[in-house]
Amino acid sequence: MADASVNAMTGPSGPKPKRVFSSTNIIIYGTLLVVCLYYLLPLYIMIVTSLKGMPEIRLGNIFSPPVEITTEPWVKAWSEACTGVNCDGLSRGFWNSVAILVPSVVLSIAIASVNGYALANWKFKGSEVFFTILIFGAFIPYQVMIYPIVILLRESGDGITSFIRLFNSDAPNFRLMGSVWGLVIVHTIFGMPILTLLFRNYFTSVPEELFKAARVDGAGFWGIYFQIMLPMSLPIFVVAMILQVTGIWNDFLFGVIYTKPETYPMTVQLNNIVNSVQGVKEYNVNMAATLLTGLVPLIIYFASGKLFVRGIAAGAVKG
Amino acid sequence: MTVTDSGDSGAGAKRPSRLFKNLAGKIAAIPMMFTAVVVFIGCTLWTIYHSFTKSRLLPAPEKWVGLDNYERLWSENRWLISIENLAIYGICSLILSLTIGFVLAALLDRKIRFENTIRTIILYPFALSFVVTGLVWQWILNPALGLQNVVRNWGWDSFTFDPINNAEIVIYGILIAGIWQGSGFVMVLLLAGMRGIDEDVWKASRVEGIPAWKTYLFIVIPMMRPVFVTALVIISAGIIKVYDLVVAQTSGGPGIASEVPAKYVIEKMFLSQNLGLGFAASTMMLLSVLVVLIPWAYLEFGGKKNG
Amino acid sequence: MANSVEIRNLDLSFGSVEVLKDLNLDIAEGEFLVLLGSSGCGKSTLLNCIAGLLEVTDGQIFIKGKNVTWAEPSERGIGMVFQSYALYPQMTVKGNLSFGLKNAKVPKAEIEERVARAAEILQIEPLLNRKPGALSGGQRQRVAIGRALVRDVNVFLFDEPLSNLDAKLRVDLRVELKRLHNQLNNTMIYVTHDQVEAMTLADRIAVMKSGKIMQLGSPDEIYNKPKNLYVADFIGSPSMNFLEGQLEGGTFKKGGVVLPMTGYQYVNPLQVTDRPVTIGIRPEHVVTGELAAKAPVQSEVTVDLVEPMGSDTLVWSTFEGNSFRFRMDGQAPVTNGDTIKIGIDPAKGSLFDTSSEDRL
Repeated sequence: MADASVNAMTGPSGPKPKRVFSSTNIIIYGTLLVVCLYYLLPLYIMIVTSLKGMPEIRLGNIFSPPVEITTEPWVKAWSEACTGVNCDGLSRGFWNSVAILVPSVVLSIAIASVNGYALANWKFKGSEVFFTILIFGAFIPYQVMIYPIVILLRESGDGITSFIRLFNSDAPNFRLMGSVWGLVIVHTIFGMPILTLLFRNYFTSVPEELFKAARVDGAGFWGIYFQIMLPMSLPIFVVAMILQVTGIWNDFLFGVIYTKPETYPMTVQLNNIVNSVQGVKEYNVNMAATLLTGLVPLIIYFASGKLFVRGIAAGAVKG
Repeated sequence: MTVTDSGDSGAGAKRPSRLFKNLAGKIAAIPMMFTAVVVFIGCTLWTIYHSFTKSRLLPAPEKWVGLDNYERLWSENRWLISIENLAIYGICSLILSLTIGFVLAALLDRKIRFENTIRTIILYPFALSFVVTGLVWQWILNPALGLQNVVRNWGWDSFTFDPINNAEIVIYGILIAGIWQGSGFVMVLLLAGMRGIDEDVWKASRVEGIPAWKTYLFIVIPMMRPVFVTALVIISAGIIKVYDLVVAQTSGGPGIASEVPAKYVIEKMFLSQNLGLGFAASTMMLLSVLVVLIPWAYLEFGGKKNG
Repeated sequence: MANSVEIRNLDLSFGSVEVLKDLNLDIAEGEFLVLLGSSGCGKSTLLNCIAGLLEVTDGQIFIKGKNVTWAEPSERGIGMVFQSYALYPQMTVKGNLSFGLKNAKVPKAEIEERVARAAEILQIEPLLNRKPGALSGGQRQRVAIGRALVRDVNVFLFDEPLSNLDAKLRVDLRVELKRLHNQLNNTMIYVTHDQVEAMTLADRIAVMKSGKIMQLGSPDEIYNKPKNLYVADFIGSPSMNFLEGQLEGGTFKKGGVVLPMTGYQYVNPLQVTDRPVTIGIRPEHVVTGELAAKAPVQSEVTVDLVEPMGSDTLVWSTFEGNSFRFRMDGQAPVTNGDTIKIGIDPAKGSLFDTSSEDRL
């Protein structure tokens, strides 16, 4: 007893002192600093290059900040850069992308959320089988399905045309292939597996009793969807929106295949501007154009924070 | 007792037909059924079937040629290079992104400050288009004005790193860009898996005096097996799809040194009007996905039914 | 009296798993019936069948004499209260109460009136404009009850409504439910695994096990005259003491124990023959101290373990090689190893045929 009290007077007491500069900490933070620099470097280079004039780029160092800041490359990238014979800049691609994006996001989320809701709460015989096919289908390389879809779009476009002509024989050709609507359908189809999974998992996590209570209260399929489920699942709709906006904006393959040069989305146009073989390479304009294309997903990414992480992890980490 | 055997006399008691039961649910699932059956199964089978036909500019289902397309495919240098590139890119990118992703996740898991900021920085490339990534790295690796030039200006005159124009190493140039874009995603996946591990494991290993790196290596990694497997499947599926990155960064060049199967297929189908070859090549892509997918599905779902 | 709910030969299976087997049950108008059983016994499944939330495999369900076997839940004239409250989180209390009425296209004025009346009965008027998130557990459960109340239905279904509440609140709400039943006099079917709730609330209790009703009777019958070993063991906490022995000429015998069964009411006195039997004695029917001396059978046991519970003390001992529990006064000074005199009245016990497990 006496020993203990002596120890208590002299030995360690209170919080253990922390060493801020312990070797472990230096290693951890040092590594992370280097890593962060590596990941930030391309963004930095894009920005500084896009603000330099061409003479400065030819003479100088790719890392050095611009001596004389110029916004001319940005203006040029937006409204003057050439793809082939067209010289009206990226702006056309931007508006094409917007025209593709808005209906694609709305349609794909509307359909997938109802799908997920039906799978979670209104299971019917075979519904799980379709869902399993859907999820495995997400792993099929697009290249396998691209060509038959071209045919499907062309045929259903013709089908719709002849249907319309039943009522109005002068109606113009209705085209799905090569039009924005064809691409919207393609985005809806290929966004369906991940979005359906996202919504199904979310609606499954809603207590079943809530659903039962609504049925006792006399609400049906759509009543429960619109009045009960929809209002309480806004966060998951935001997650789905982030997922779709970035995914569809960044798409290149479907844009190339299913649209025509006049309706090319921004990514396709960007590639055509930068990798065009004609003329002198204007690296500053190229980087401005690249940055412009990356701006929409970047803004969404930085604004959405954790929801973005939730979106990309949604399909991967099983709930 | 009022009613006993008046079976179906009650009002509002019509037995709904089987088919129309839950009709709204079935109607709502039509797009899903269409996608699953017509697009995913139907289109895939269509392509597989036509890979055995002599389709050139247009699909020619009546001209059956057996394995001709496959024989031609595997004797074509361009396809062989594509496969080799995919193998190198795939193996390196799997190993590197899993390793880097895990190390970064472990570092972020150490209850560090600015975790959110650092995670945001590491993940942002993932939000970008492959086209953007390809073009940025094309510029950084520009031999005359990019990284190589900077290092030479620093005084190391003989420094050479020119993957864009060197057929031998061009695929590694693409790899650098691919890792830059994708490793943040792997990190997020693994970090989520790591956070899912019971806190008590860490308490136990602290009580027993096991150093952190040993805990990660011998306890955490084995416990994270399902997450690793999921990450592996997702990365693999992504690798096989690699297309935009190559188109943007090198256009398959120099020459055909950085061709990949996905690009090969698109060009055979839409540029060189050799559909049969394109279908055969895409069927090979599907086959390589199945090689990854089937064992995974077996482990994931086959095991559960038995257990 | 007319039956409010009748269940005829009800079967329900999920694939090859039979959850309910040939179940029959009549529930009288205004009766408070409790379905009691451990988890997985099928009690909630039965309730969901009555509500129409599960489709039955075979059999019929009548509510108020109307065959509702194939009717939608909302057409059955029922109101239901759930364990997790199941309030619609984005609607106010008022919205929650009126949702069902709006779906049934009840005129606005009448909705107002019914909501106001339910709110008054349940004393939730001040909460009407709040969202469920801003309510306490007890208040939420009241709203959930209110949602059933506004529907003006004959049959109320409760699915473990008090299980999510803490112990004290549970007791308060239990009393309130009983008061509500006295006031409204509706038929109530109440599922619980808590036997105290069952005993206090029920007019009749149906004890269920693996999809079958083991006994249907008043709380008094269930407690004092369990129909079989399962019910005897299930009801009562601490549970009954059981001794396996022989019935010989109206006397229970096991080793040195001889319990004359004089005064015991047999189910069927004419068919009592000698056979292996099990006798069950409730811990609260064992007397100690001075009372022990007056009991028909007396014995001495050694105390193994003492569990003081405040109002009384539970004593664990060994009697004829079996673990034997009994209650003593909370103030009784007992410690491990003490020898205590106990008295038993075999007529208060329950006799079961050991092989069929049925009450004799």
